[in-house]
Amino acid sequence: MSSQWNVYESFQALLQAGPYHLALEGVLVMCIIWLFTAKKQPSKLIRLTKKEEEELIAEWMPEPLVPNPPKEDHPALHTRTIYGKPGRYLDLGTGEKLLNLGTHSYLNLGERPEVEEAALECLHKYGVGSCGPRGFYGTTEVHLKLEDRLAVFFNCEKAVLYSYGFSTSASAIPAYSKSGDVIYADEMVNFALQRGLQASRSRIVYFRHNDVEHLRELLEEQSRLDKKDPKKANATRKFMVVESIYINTGMMCPLPELVKLRQKYKLRLFIDESVTFGTLGPNCRGITDHYNIPMKEVDMIMANLESSAASSGGFCVGTEFVIEHQRLSGLGYCFSASLPPMLAAASIKVLDILESEGCELVVVLQDKCRQIQEVLSKLSSKLEVSGEDISPVKHLRLRESTGDREADENILRKIVEKAESHGLALTLASYLWEKEASPPLPSIRITVNKDLTTEEIQKVGEAIQKAVMEVME
Amino acid sequence: MVAHTELPAQVPHEKILNNKHFERCNNEKTPVNSAGGTKGKVHHQNGTTISTQNGYASPGYENSNVPNKKKIHQKEEECSIFVAFFTFLSYGVLLLVGHIKEFFSRATTKEKNREDIEECSPFTNFTIYLSYGVLFFVGYVKEFFYPPSTKEKNREGYVPLYIGFESFYTRNVYRRIQDCWNRTICSVPGAEIDLMERYTPDYGWTMKLTGKIIKCINAGSYNYLGFAENKGPCHDAAEHTTKEVGITTSSPRMELGTLEIHRELEQLVIEFLGVEDAITFGMGFATNVLNLPSLLDPSCLVLSDEFNHASLILGLRLSGATVKVFRHNNSEDLEKKLREALICGHPRTHRPWKKAIIVVEGIYSMEGSICDLPNFVRIKKKYKTYLYVDEAHSIGALGPNGGGVVDYYGVDPKEVDIQMGTFTKSFGAAGGYIAGSKDLINHLRVTSHAQIYASSMSPPVAQQIITSMSIIMGKKGSGEGRRRIQQLSRNVKYFRQRLRQMGFIVYGHDDSPVVPMILYLIPKISMFVRELTKRGVAGVGVGFPATKITGGRMRFCLSAAHTKEMLDKILEEVDEVGYLCGCHYSSFRDSEPVEW
Repeated sequence: MSSQWNVYESFQALLQAGPYHLALEGVLVMCIIWLFTAKKQPSKLIRLTKKEEEELIAEWMPEPLVPNPPKEDHPALHTRTIYGKPGRYLDLGTGEKLLNLGTHSYLNLGERPEVEEAALECLHKYGVGSCGPRGFYGTTEVHLKLEDRLAVFFNCEKAVLYSYGFSTSASAIPAYSKSGDVIYADEMVNFALQRGLQASRSRIVYFRHNDVEHLRELLEEQSRLDKKDPKKANATRKFMVVESIYINTGMMCPLPELVKLRQKYKLRLFIDESVTFGTLGPNCRGITDHYNIPMKEVDMIMANLESSAASSGGFCVGTEFVIEHQRLSGLGYCFSASLPPMLAAASIKVLDILESEGCELVVVLQDKCRQIQEVLSKLSSKLEVSGEDISPVKHLRLRESTGDREADENILRKIVEKAESHGLALTLASYLWEKEASPPLPSIRITVNKDLTTEEIQKVGEAIQKAVMEVME
Repeated sequence: MVAHTELPAQVPHEKILNNKHFERCNNEKTPVNSAGGTKGKVHHQNGTTISTQNGYASPGYENSNVPNKKKIHQKEEECSIFVAFFTFLSYGVLLLVGHIKEFFSRATTKEKNREDIEECSPFTNFTIYLSYGVLFFVGYVKEFFYPPSTKEKNREGYVPLYIGFESFYTRNVYRRIQDCWNRTICSVPGAEIDLMERYTPDYGWTMKLTGKIIKCINAGSYNYLGFAENKGPCHDAAEHTTKEVGITTSSPRMELGTLEIHRELEQLVIEFLGVEDAITFGMGFATNVLNLPSLLDPSCLVLSDEFNHASLILGLRLSGATVKVFRHNNSEDLEKKLREALICGHPRTHRPWKKAIIVVEGIYSMEGSICDLPNFVRIKKKYKTYLYVDEAHSIGALGPNGGGVVDYYGVDPKEVDIQMGTFTKSFGAAGGYIAGSKDLINHLRVTSHAQIYASSMSPPVAQQIITSMSIIMGKKGSGEGRRRIQQLSRNVKYFRQRLRQMGFIVYGHDDSPVVPMILYLIPKISMFVRELTKRGVAGVGVGFPATKITGGRMRFCLSAAHTKEMLDKILEEVDEVGYLCGCHYSSFRDSEPVEW
């Protein structure tokens, strides 16, 4: 290994060195300074004449800005418009109000008048926009209060608030993981997490969906490599990124086993709780609450405030040591205007509700989730449902794929359209197929609303049944 | 702003250890792995003094390029006072070398459109480095005697989460002045704001509210047209919308998140900007980050201004395109770099580029400069590239009709291929838009991440934009919009001229509502901000790493809500504080009275 080197001795040696030596060293130092200061010249090996240059430039024909503009009949250009207030029922302009099984308002708190009142009260004081990033007079009392409340709610030291759900995880991950680090992520993590992983420039290792054994193998392999090169291992941070309930599959992650792996292989564990915030666990605190795992086992929890919290934005909670770092390093935090105060105030009210009646809300919601699961699972031989029975997100897929993604999508889209005429607002799960790390199968994403009644759930089953019959038989 | 090279993130954190004499462990970031037995090994990268200087100092030079297998990332242990001294010295040397380099290369290219920037004197420069040097030196000495205590619990034996230098800077420089940022307000960020007074019980580590409120004139928020209001038509409309439509959609635009109000908003944006089509998003920052990857791919060339906003840089990085950085607002440099790149083709494959895009901003939020759009349009046409203009700060704030930099120069909106902007600033709301040709917007509707995965804009926010935009366009408010635009432009001219006249160095264009005033030194920034607050003016101080290391500044954002009396009050206080800390750097003084 490297030899011993003592600053003091070197300094002494320098004093005793002869003048020639010093002169030589001086020249070397000058050379280095010159190397730093010299302007980088473009390679002069091939020199083109002005005319040749002009010709080359004139010859260049760039592609149009948008090489293949989508056709006019592309479904994404004809999204449905909602009239009036989105809630348990949606008005899509078809005449009757449709039962909403498509938006992520699991607890339906957006329809609670007190949430709206809280937002309005804040609007009267602060106006709409905050007109500045958090650093430059964009921090209002409301933001601080919401952060404190979130930290208390999750039993953590600190929380940090973002103004957009998507940017939360996409900014939080690259704040910690840098190039040279390793991130282990489930292959089904949502797209915002994938963007965060990509932005970190770390090495990303995907393990098979919810496959703890596969993850263990990968970690074992890594620890073998680490033993060979302990120096590198000592500088490589390792992270594990999972979702509590995967929005792309509806499955829950096996957290207790992941925590064991985290302890054994010294990983830092980040969980995205966008789906489970407010919908899981006896105190609706999410998956740590559900499995009764102390918060210190998890390094950071990320979630958005756009689903259960019926507002906008996102947040991360964890220890002070971890979270405070984002205030200088989370790009989406530092460089973006802060969340409009009225939306933060609405979230505070949601926390009030969750704290006072959260336990009952979760029981009701999970009951509805189970009922829907039951209805959907015996729906038709053509469709299968995936997702945990207590998950508020479920996916309906074709049991037998046609083998072509677009064809599958078209069948499902037709089912969605037919369901509309039977009084249901459903939606296809939309993906950017080319950019997804491991594209899920096309599906109809069903979300469960706490306020659905048993009759409505029966109606859901019947309506989908009819739609499937009409499309596929 | 982050620099185009990864700044603090890449700082190497090796330390030279002298284990014979000092084996004290610095536990701050590095719980010692007791089983490891590696502590106390002595490392140096290449075995020479020079390389150690190299390894320490320059945040800008990525150390990973050193192809030395011996490179060791090891536990941070306490270093000897010699090493600390040499470290400090090497910072000084490198900073000086960098400065000399910049000094020479600056002389070759003229900075255009940055309005008579006065060079700072060598003495001032020296004091800047000296002040950093002293701060670092004191920091080293302090941490030598009082090693920062470990804060992380339950993670023994883990690789430290943070890199050495970054946290050293935070602990020893940023901590001392952090009270100048992240201030809490408890009122609408209009012409006047209520700041909540804070105190620190532990020398800047934490801040606590005292409960007292300081009334200040607000020269810090981006409230250019004064639409941050808690009464008036915008507020009423937002209230009405909240009651009618609620505050959330809980769904992306592609699925079930498109409300009637979103369509209305997009129609209005199209009309306002005079473009074929437009698309809106829920967050301004994300508008850049999530859409650039849909427009670019790795075989594209991007020419990006050196002071572009972090969101543009992140978006470009995510897209994987090749990015060439040109000098700030310098069309000659742009043309030179563009020609070079077009002639050479892709650096790896040597194929011609698929397409080339020039990415600039309308008003630069830290420099106050207005982009030299006519020249960029000329170059764009000449070389068949595309032009992306980020009008985050300029939309609403510039131009006779508030139409941004395009309107200001009277350029045909169709000449700018991609117009992007945010609603946070002039419209007093949140979110962003992209406008351009029908094909472009249709493409984004199908491929934008924000369209497919991110929730749509909150209805009251959309309503605020609709109402404020209608007022600006003159559809509502009987001339109120025009009055605000004129008020802002008069405010800007008056304020900038007066500030110059007092002998401050002011950056940026004469018509730009962002007014950066140069202070150079970090301690002066904090003094200025604190003194101004005491006198009832809230301004923003900006220093390294958001600016160059020699570019510490105060930044004032003017608003149409400011009256002449308010501006006079700000100017008076700024002048006084300027004398207190010696910031009248400009040699140019003009005693002619300035008319409002």
